Amino acid sequence: MFRNQYDTDVTTWSPAGRLFQVEYAMEAVKQGSAAIGLRSKTHIILGCVNKANSELSSHQKKIFKVDDHIGVAIAGLTADGRVLSRYMRNECINYSFTYESPLPVGRLVVQLADKAQVCTQRSWKRPNGVGLLVAGLDESGAHLYYNCPSGNYFEYQAFAIGSRSQAAKTYLERRFENFADSSRDDLVKDALMAIRETLQGETLKSSTCTVAVVGAGEPFHILDQETVQQMIDAFEIVGEQEGSAAAAGQEAAQPGAAVADQGGSTDEGVAPMDI
Amino acid sequence: MTKQQANWSPYDNNGGSCVAIAGADYCVIAADTRMSTGYNILTREYSKICKLADKCVMASSGFQADVKALQKQLAARHLIYQHQHNKQMSCPAMAQLLSNTLYYKRFFPYYSFNVLGGLDNEGKGCVFTYDAVGSYEKVGYSSQGYGSTLIMPFLDNQLKSPSPLLLPVQDAVTPLVEAEAVDLVKTVFASASERDIYTGDKLEIVVVNAAGIRREYMELRKD
Repeated sequence: MFRNQYDTDVTTWSPAGRLFQVEYAMEAVKQGSAAIGLRSKTHIILGCVNKANSELSSHQKKIFKVDDHIGVAIAGLTADGRVLSRYMRNECINYSFTYESPLPVGRLVVQLADKAQVCTQRSWKRPNGVGLLVAGLDESGAHLYYNCPSGNYFEYQAFAIGSRSQAAKTYLERRFENFADSSRDDLVKDALMAIRETLQGETLKSSTCTVAVVGAGEPFHILDQETVQQMIDAFEIVGEQEGSAAAAGQEAAQPGAAVADQGGSTDEGVAPMDI
Repeated sequence: MTKQQANWSPYDNNGGSCVAIAGADYCVIAADTRMSTGYNILTREYSKICKLADKCVMASSGFQADVKALQKQLAARHLIYQHQHNKQMSCPAMAQLLSNTLYYKRFFPYYSFNVLGGLDNEGKGCVFTYDAVGSYEKVGYSSQGYGSTLIMPFLDNQLKSPSPLLLPVQDAVTPLVEAEAVDLVKTVFASASERDIYTGDKLEIVVVNAAGIRREYMELRKD
């Protein structure tokens, strides 16, 4: 999209009925590093790519625990995400205190969405530049929601946001029908594969990604680096065998084949194919 | 014209007693499980002990509604601390928080008489004792509640260390082994139940040590 005379204020409509500032805020989400989420009936996995500004700095925290049963992964302006996480934590604590039970996820996302909407209708505010993937488990089951800077929210079986998320989304679209009955470990594997899609040929290492799990009987927690590395190693070995057996097509990041050229085959390799 | 007195009190005393003893590498916190009002028993199985953090346990006697509200406050504040610091609160930190929380309501106090017990950052046992408005002190042992008038002198006899002003400095924590301290607690409550009408039914003992938190029970007189 291009600059135009209706995009200065968030409270100015364009003749086509668009609020450009809100749409620009959604662009900010697309610029952030990728975050993905997927769920089964009993577990939800969140994953994200950790991009550090330079070799000298640490990477930004993109996955936050909100409560034992809720976690959030963010993409976009991480500062906005941090503030919203603090709000979410507070809401959970207050609800727990008053009702002695965990805050239903659906309620929390509506509150977040309403908060986001306020920023789209005040001239002295700006929309949040962060997309939130909210993963939570409550009485009605496992949920994954996406909260937009526009104030919209949607429930998903699996989703990806941030830069190069289309690659992950394509992978998830291929596989999502299996997720509902997947085991927890299979889900984590799928999450790691989806993250790998967004890396476009870079090797997947536990130091460049973060994975978090929440599920029935399992409070929200971020998996430690060793566990993640073990899972990556495990499916890379299996993937090698599958790769040699698979007749058609080539996936962008062929596991085990750490040949530099592989990085060249970007989106074409990940196009929907019959496998 | 005499001053009008209130014909209703926001407070009640649900009775009971609590005790805590600090050891070199453990802490014993105990309380009876009787909840009463006036001369009546409300229940024989109410726990006055609450785990606030991994290595920090609080026992409170007094008005249990206020005690419950206080426990909830501390639990919520602990969650916030964990989110901000990525770790559990230490016992001394919780001790300060409890003091501040109590003083916050200086002019409408929590009717709660607390003993806080647990392990400090070095794994040594610590006990903190409070009044209703937050005045607190780190001690080697303490008791609160109706039975404390009977229990405290006995603990003084068994556990009191010479003044910390003397040299060489003696540790306030008892040299007793964990099993001996638990035995002492059982003896002390059995004695208190004999003469104190508000103490009895069952004794709940919580032991905090490096291995974690362990709970045990002992029957007391039901009258």
